[in-house]
Amino acid sequence: MSQATEAAPTGRTRRAPRPPAPPAAEALPLELAELVTDPDTRIVVCCGAGGVGKTTTSAALALAAAEAGRTVVVLTIDPARRLAQSLGLVELDNEPRRVDVPGARGELHAMMLDMKRTFDDIVVAHSTPERAEQILENPFYQALSSSFAGTQEYMAMEKLGQLRAGDRWDLIIVDTPPSRSALDFLDAPNRMSRFLDGTMIRLLTAPSRTGFKIASAGFLFFSRIISKILGGQLLRDISAFVSALDTMFGGFRERATATYELLRRPGTWFVVVATPEPDALREASYFVDRLSAEQMPLAGLVVNRTHPPTTTALSATRADGAAEEALESGREGAELAAGALRVHAERMTLATREQHLADRFTSAHPEVAVRTVPAAAGDVHDLDGLRVMADALTGPDGDTPTGVPRRRILPARRR
Amino acid sequence: MNPAPSPVRCHVVTGKGGTGKTTVAAALALALAADGRQVLLVETEGRQGIAQLFDTPPLPYEERRVAVARGGGVVKALAIDVEEALLEYLEMFYNLRRAGRALRRVGAVDFATTIAPGLRDVLLTGKVKEAVTRRHDGRPVHDAVVVDAPPTGRITRFLNVTGEMAGLTRSGPIKTQSDGVMAVLKSPQTAVHLVTLLEDMPVQETADAIAELTAAGLPVGSVVVNMATEPALPEPALARAAQDGLTGADLAPALAAAGLQDVPGLADALAAEATEHARRWAAQDELRDEVEALDRPTVELPLLPGPMDLGTLFQLAGRLEEHLRTEVAA
Repeated sequence: MSQATEAAPTGRTRRAPRPPAPPAAEALPLELAELVTDPDTRIVVCCGAGGVGKTTTSAALALAAAEAGRTVVVLTIDPARRLAQSLGLVELDNEPRRVDVPGARGELHAMMLDMKRTFDDIVVAHSTPERAEQILENPFYQALSSSFAGTQEYMAMEKLGQLRAGDRWDLIIVDTPPSRSALDFLDAPNRMSRFLDGTMIRLLTAPSRTGFKIASAGFLFFSRIISKILGGQLLRDISAFVSALDTMFGGFRERATATYELLRRPGTWFVVVATPEPDALREASYFVDRLSAEQMPLAGLVVNRTHPPTTTALSATRADGAAEEALESGREGAELAAGALRVHAERMTLATREQHLADRFTSAHPEVAVRTVPAAAGDVHDLDGLRVMADALTGPDGDTPTGVPRRRILPARRR
Repeated sequence: MNPAPSPVRCHVVTGKGGTGKTTVAAALALALAADGRQVLLVETEGRQGIAQLFDTPPLPYEERRVAVARGGGVVKALAIDVEEALLEYLEMFYNLRRAGRALRRVGAVDFATTIAPGLRDVLLTGKVKEAVTRRHDGRPVHDAVVVDAPPTGRITRFLNVTGEMAGLTRSGPIKTQSDGVMAVLKSPQTAVHLVTLLEDMPVQETADAIAELTAAGLPVGSVVVNMATEPALPEPALARAAQDGLTGADLAPALAAAGLQDVPGLADALAAEATEHARRWAAQDELRDEVEALDRPTVELPLLPGPMDLGTLFQLAGRLEEHLRTEVAA
């Protein structure tokens, strides 16, 4: 069944037919339960700026899918220690581990990416033992595999490719590396392969071999400067590394392109995560634009850690006014009630600000479906916490205690 | 009249993403500039956060005055451009500026900073060192340098440039350069301040970073608890609400006195919000204890309403100034 749909790529928007975007900035609902339980959904990539809760979102979505009966693996990059422990990820063994979820119909597996090990595995898998040893011991390779800006992103994609190729999983959920910019996840693999496969490195390491006769004088000069700055040893290390790598497999670029293409295949969906903050939403905005330029399928935006009030019957202004009145009345419990009213006023102000930011995002991207997830009282670090978050992520849009749809923080203003 | 100036002249500000380290760095620069001092605020991550805070056009690779403080103090800001810094370096040591420009055109500079990621950090910290040690007429040009540094997860690697480069370059001018940088960064002239929020992850990362910095021999300064809030509930009720929770019945009579008896479900909803508030507060208090256990000088900056602007920055700077004064006195 999934084969049939894979053969015919559908439109880029989720769950056609959608009503046309309304004229006012009203976000479309994001139904994540449908997304993660749909057998055609094979990969979900959670991305967004650092610190917005990508890892918990990924884990919560994976839990929801496992409870709905799917065999799920969640690939985390850098989980908070306590969350990792609660998922049984104490060891960094770079392989999925089953997480015990009592009562789940499906299976939840989790793994934490070990980028150096993933890189080592590629080297070992694609070369002779002697060659592999030569590469693994090369100082430049060691620096590259553990600290190159982008290695983590590249290895996350590589691991995703491996997990997908194994075909053991109904659904793979990927958490993206904690980079400064959400776009790094998409850019790093190409940047790295361009670098390793690039003319520059080839000219630099073997200027005589290539046909760039005219350029070579300039490059010799360049190579002299590089060795002046970095020391000659580094150049010799790079040169040894590149020539060892050269015969190993058909170029880094091809490999990176293949994994990149995987992200464009039907069955892959991106979920962009942001907090209701200007920076995080700006980052989300960039990412949405980029996905659309790359024709990568966007499921929608999760606005994480919102602060919806328990009641919207009382505005901030009225609550503040009532707090004063309560105090003036001097009744017993007046101070407490005034305090509670002020808490509510603060909450309304905060929620108004958050809704305003979400609205701004929606006016720029009316086609993007939105789901808001209220902030938990503390950090999410156990299965119960994840389950609460999963409910908030996957519950039906309109089904909430306050009647405010889950795509919003505050009810829409009456017109 | 002023207290004896602190020996620290290089203030490195780090923190987990989202804790407001750029804001704190800017406020710290204003605090240090009070009473006529000259302070340089340095941006290392190329995101132009400082320009946004001070509401100025994007900063070039050039020291620009962004604010004036009490008594004629001046805060200048500099956004370090890694490529420019490398060209400057080539010129300084090899007289290769024009060749450097050509290299930049073919993408070679980008290439060089890519093959040796530590090179980036050496160039950035090298510029910081130069700013700290620059002298004119026998006295330092900048009374203090404040660095808006990379986040806690990368700070030790960023500052510990010698270690980072050791694996790649065992000799050569970069090695010499990074040794010089380390000498300044590890000296009592430098302090690495950590910005945190009263939330689990930032506090945990702060603890981790302090351990790493200490192990690397880098001097740890103060912990800045940013965006701290005040409880809205009166004290005895706050503890009780956190413990047992409030119910609508606790609030209903006083709400009625305020004319709110007719709003359906209001008392219960307000009780639920107040309970959550109290529990959040209790959780924050626990984290406050954890921060205290880190045993570093600590200062709390309040969460101020409204958007961040120069006025707000000065308010925060006031708090930091007080903190610096007690630090020097201690």
